[in-house]
Amino acid sequence: MMLLVVMLTTFAIFFVIPKWAGTDPALLFVGKQADPAAIEGIREKLGLGDPVLLQFWHFVEGIFVGRDYSSGPDVIHCSAPCFGYSFRTEQAVWPQLTEAMPVTLSLAAGACLLWLIGGISAGVVSALRRGTIWDRAAMTVALAGVSLPIYFTGLLSLAVFSYQLDWVNVDYQPLTSDPGKWLESLVLPWVTLAFLYAAMYARLTRATMLEIMGEDYIRTARAKGLKERVVISRHAMRSTWTPILTLLGLDLGALLGGAVLTESTYNLPGLGRLAVNAINEKDLPVILGVTLIAAMFIVVANLLVDLLYAVIDPRVRLG
Amino acid sequence: MTAPMHDTSAAADTAAVDVAADVVKASVEGRSLRQIAWKRLKRDKLALAGGIIVLFLVLVAIFAPLIVGWLGHPPNEFHEDQIDPLFGTPKGDMGGMSSDFLFGVEPKNGRDVFSRVIYGARISLLVAFLAALVAVVLGTIFGIIAGYFGGWIDTVISRVMDMLLAFPQLLFIISLVSVLPNDLLGLTGSGVRILVLVSVIGFFGWPYVGRIVRGQTLSLREKEYIEAARSLGAGRRYILFKELLPNLVAPITVYTTLMIPTNILTEAALSFLGAGVKPPTASWGQMLSKAVSFYEDDPMFMIIPGAAIFITVMAFNLFGDGVRDALDPKGTR
Repeated sequence: MMLLVVMLTTFAIFFVIPKWAGTDPALLFVGKQADPAAIEGIREKLGLGDPVLLQFWHFVEGIFVGRDYSSGPDVIHCSAPCFGYSFRTEQAVWPQLTEAMPVTLSLAAGACLLWLIGGISAGVVSALRRGTIWDRAAMTVALAGVSLPIYFTGLLSLAVFSYQLDWVNVDYQPLTSDPGKWLESLVLPWVTLAFLYAAMYARLTRATMLEIMGEDYIRTARAKGLKERVVISRHAMRSTWTPILTLLGLDLGALLGGAVLTESTYNLPGLGRLAVNAINEKDLPVILGVTLIAAMFIVVANLLVDLLYAVIDPRVRLG
Repeated sequence: MTAPMHDTSAAADTAAVDVAADVVKASVEGRSLRQIAWKRLKRDKLALAGGIIVLFLVLVAIFAPLIVGWLGHPPNEFHEDQIDPLFGTPKGDMGGMSSDFLFGVEPKNGRDVFSRVIYGARISLLVAFLAALVAVVLGTIFGIIAGYFGGWIDTVISRVMDMLLAFPQLLFIISLVSVLPNDLLGLTGSGVRILVLVSVIGFFGWPYVGRIVRGQTLSLREKEYIEAARSLGAGRRYILFKELLPNLVAPITVYTTLMIPTNILTEAALSFLGAGVKPPTASWGQMLSKAVSFYEDDPMFMIIPGAAIFITVMAFNLFGDGVRDALDPKGTR
């Protein structure tokens, strides 16, 4: 459902708005100085003359069963996950997506791990040591974290660690070809991206924790003579996880937004950079492909969170 | 209230008592929200500091032409004499900072960074405030409607809000900006982009406000005073605007102050990706995206606009947190 709406809206952005503004998608394909015959040929080949809904149907059909592009005598077949061909490079979109996906996934997974560990532990520590220097320091850093844009911290880290100190080389290498280089190229992006989110999670964890430590069941647990460590890890943390998970679901879905900025700053060949380049070149099939993947991210993230809820919160399991 | 004591006329007496009652009522009402909040806010040093910086920034943005005329050079004036012709970087140290160019000059063309940062503040704050306004107006209207009427209206609005919250927003906004024509509704150049930025940031922001307003309305709807108004024959419009809305002011205020820094970051991010106002109009994000090519040789050019964003967003966050604590009825401070 969600996927369909996202697809339709993206489609509308690139087909309806240009029409209303008086530009032609076929023109986007061939460039401004093309002769009318070439434009007509392209329109024929890509079916751009058809009604928008029919074009949309062909697009969806292409993803599931593949489709044929015909221009006169030759027919080009584009098999099953067919996202069409790039307007600019004339290469199929699907391989470009599968090539860029591991980069973004590595970035997202590493950063997510870092921010969960960093954010939650900072939040718990400052909630338990409320008002101490640790709490103040953690919350000051967290406030700075939510106020710093990724592309600024990114550039700063590049200037300091890559250029001035020359500690890391940020040219991306796939994990499968060279794990060491892969790690090296992703350290800075991970830390930068995680810093922003860790700050948010620290603030949330601290607030939730403070509220929960005042609950009756915590007092009961203490009265039973449980060790403070057990009270916190078994009783308090258990309730803290729920709001964290809710936020995690939203953030994982929206992570591609953060990835766009991080990848542009560090020049990582991931989905985000692919999208920005495609948008700047008005390369519709690529944009559609990336947006669809982004929407898929969101759906999967929400599903994962719903499943995790059941693991963490017994009330959800019963209900 | 000693004045009525001197009056002997009964009619005047009751009138005066009425007036006195009104005065007492008014002062209690005033203190219940504004004065208490103000008192708490005054005690919160950090929030106050944030508020002062915010005020300062707003003044800077408003009087940008005056400040630049006094301390800087016109924002789009080239000063190639300040640039090293071989490397394209500023001649002086620290990005060419001098008493003439307070924050240095831009690489390649030597534009005054100070003037561009000052003018950038205008774009940043204008877009952030207007987008927040759009989001608050839409969010309040739809939130109240969903919460008050319930039923299928609530279902539809809530679904739409969920959907918008889950949208890949950043991608959407840049693709939208890239296909929109350069002139729209009689506006040209930067005007169009500002209009587009305000509408899209505001549009994607309203569900956040909408959810909060809906939740509050849902709980307020069942309160006795609403029922009393209804049984006295108050119209729907009266209940919505005179009874419900005043009680929603506090959460809406808090959310607005906390939304502005997010909007500033979004605007800067869009400008960074090339979907913001068009050059030569200066904006902070766009300056940073230019700085990407020079960060090795001229780090100052990156630090200045980055610091501007950081200080502004931080000040708004501090102030927003303070306002939230001050308006929170559960607050202990």
